[in-house]
This record gives sequence, structure tokens and C-alpha cells, in this order.
Amino acid sequence: MAEDIKKIMFTVRKPPHGTIYVYEGLEVKLIMAAYDADISVVFMDDGVFAVKKGQDTKALGIKGFEATYGALVDYEITKVFVDRQSMEERGMTEEDLLVIGEDEDTEEPIKPQVVDSDEIAAMMAEQHNILAF
Amino acid sequence: MKLAVCIYEGPYNHAASDSAYNFIQAAVQKGHEIKGIFFYHDGVYNVTKLMEPPQDDRHIANRWSALGATGIDIVVCIAAAKRRGIVDDVLVPNVRISGLGQLTMMAIEADRLVVFGD
Amino acid sequence: MLHTVNKSPFQNTSLESCVRFSRPGDVILLIEDGVLAAQAGSAKTPLLEEALQKCQVLALSADLKARALTDLVPGVQITDYNGFVDLVEQNTTHSWL
Repeated sequence: MAEDIKKIMFTVRKPPHGTIYVYEGLEVKLIMAAYDADISVVFMDDGVFAVKKGQDTKALGIKGFEATYGALVDYEITKVFVDRQSMEERGMTEEDLLVIGEDEDTEEPIKPQVVDSDEIAAMMAEQHNILAF
Repeated sequence: MKLAVCIYEGPYNHAASDSAYNFIQAAVQKGHEIKGIFFYHDGVYNVTKLMEPPQDDRHIANRWSALGATGIDIVVCIAAAKRRGIVDDVLVPNVRISGLGQLTMMAIEADRLVVFGD
Repeated sequence: MLHTVNKSPFQNTSLESCVRFSRPGDVILLIEDGVLAAQAGSAKTPLLEEALQKCQVLALSADLKARALTDLVPGVQITDYNGFVDLVEQNTTHSWL
């Protein structure tokens, strides 16, 4: 990747559906993916609930976004991470995470990558700018 | 240094708009270039001319408009604005409605992006 | 890295997460309701002391004054908006909203 491509990270720390932050934050990611930027997305704290599979917002009468998350890889957003401790503290396992796309060659489903907080801290330190949603 | 600021919350209800304003004032006085100010989420309510706060309180929309008059690019997100009934007709002067591409450009081109929200 | 925290530690785990994800040498700036963490002798003082072990911790004077906070956890420095701008100039910023 060229050196002048800027690293932009999104942190998602709020839970989905109670407020619009996660939903509108996703809109920003999809737009930004069309530009020359090295994008990464990190789900931490209550943000891990945003990537729990099986969300059904029909009875709430609001638009969900699980299908859009399922297409992140199609938007070329592939650096998607989940903080292990946040996930475990909330009783979730890797098994609970939704699929964000599939491997072009093998058609294997791709899930967010579960990482430890020190890895996330190291990634944060490398960013040009960070947007929190 | 080129700075950009993104504001997520509406006026008066949250401190975000005031904090951002005070931050930007200090940055301008220090000679930094403000690459842009972007209103997102409920932040789009900060620049409507329909607000009429009590006279002894700050007028948040007019304050942003005055900052815009100095040449700083103040952008209201079109998607967030339309969702909330904010259109060109209700905006104070010196701000504009545009797309999320503007926020993208700020994030890429500004040396620093600072987010104020809740 | 500059981390800004704008939430009361008595209601929200933002400061706790910020401390967990910060690295030695990072700077934590308490703004808005985040300055409540700076109150000396509170139930959250141990958390702030943990932050001070690895980071520089500052609180925004305008927010401290507005909340009548004068008795601060030792080690917490006070800064103003000019100082905030300088910190942003020196660091990439993450807002723990």
C-alpha cells in the first residue's frame, strides 16, 4: 500500500439500536470505503453487540443493519476487529459474531477478527485519524 | 497545522457543541488552519436559524455562522440533515449542506481530526 | 495518543476502557463530565491513580470550574483550551464518547 494512503480507524463502542450512532456510523464507513484510505473498524465495549449475529429489528419497526455488515468485505472493508475482553465480559464468544463477507476464492465466510486490547492499542497508535461511533 | 472537527450532538442539550466551539476558537487564535467543521448525527441542529435562545444565553447557531463568515468551511451532513428535517432553507448563513465525502476528505487531509459528541 | 474522556466515571465505563487501551506515555484529557473523575477521595480515585501510573492525566479548567471541583486527585494536571489544542497538535486523538 502506498505510503501516502492514510490510516483511518473507526471505533464502535456504543450498543446498537438504542441510539442511531452505530447505524449512521456504518453509513460513514461505507462512504469512506470508496476513497483512498486504509480503513479499519474496531468493535469494543458495548459495540460488540453491533456484530452479534441474528439481530432482528422487525418488531421494533426500525431498519436493521446486519445485512449491510454482511457486505463489509464487498465494500473492501476487511480490517474488522473485535476486542476479546469486551466480548467475553458480555458473555459472547467468537461463535456469536456475524459474518462480514466471504473469501473470494474459497467462499469461506469471513468473520471479524478477535484481538486483545494491546493489539488494538498498538493499531490505534498507528492511525492518521480515528473516528468514534 | 490543519485541524478538522466533527460534532455529533445538537445544541444546548449536550456540551459537545460548546466544547468544540471553545476548542476551535483557541486553535484559530494559535494560528492553526481549520480544514473544516462537520456536523453529524443530531449535530445538524446546531446551525438552524429557527432557534431563538433567551437573550442572556449564547446563540449557538449565530456563533457558528460568525465562525463560518471568517472563511471556515462548516458542513452539515445531508443524510443526517434530511432525516431530521434540516434543509438549506432553515440554515444560518455561512454553512453548507454536503455529503459524507466531505467528512472523509477532512479525515484524510486534516493532520488531526477531533470528535466532540456524547 | 491523546485520549479525551467526557463521561462521568460514576455512570459510564469510558474512562475504564480508555485506561485499558492506553499505552505508557499516552495522554488522557478529562473534559465535560469526564472531569468528575478528578475529584479527590472518590470511589473512582483508584481508577484515576491507575491511569496516572502509565499516562499523563489532565483536566480541562473550564469544566472543573463549572463543576466547582478544586480538590483534585494528586498528579492530575490542569489545562485550558489552549493546552487542549497543543495536545491535539502533538497527538492523534481518540474521543471515548
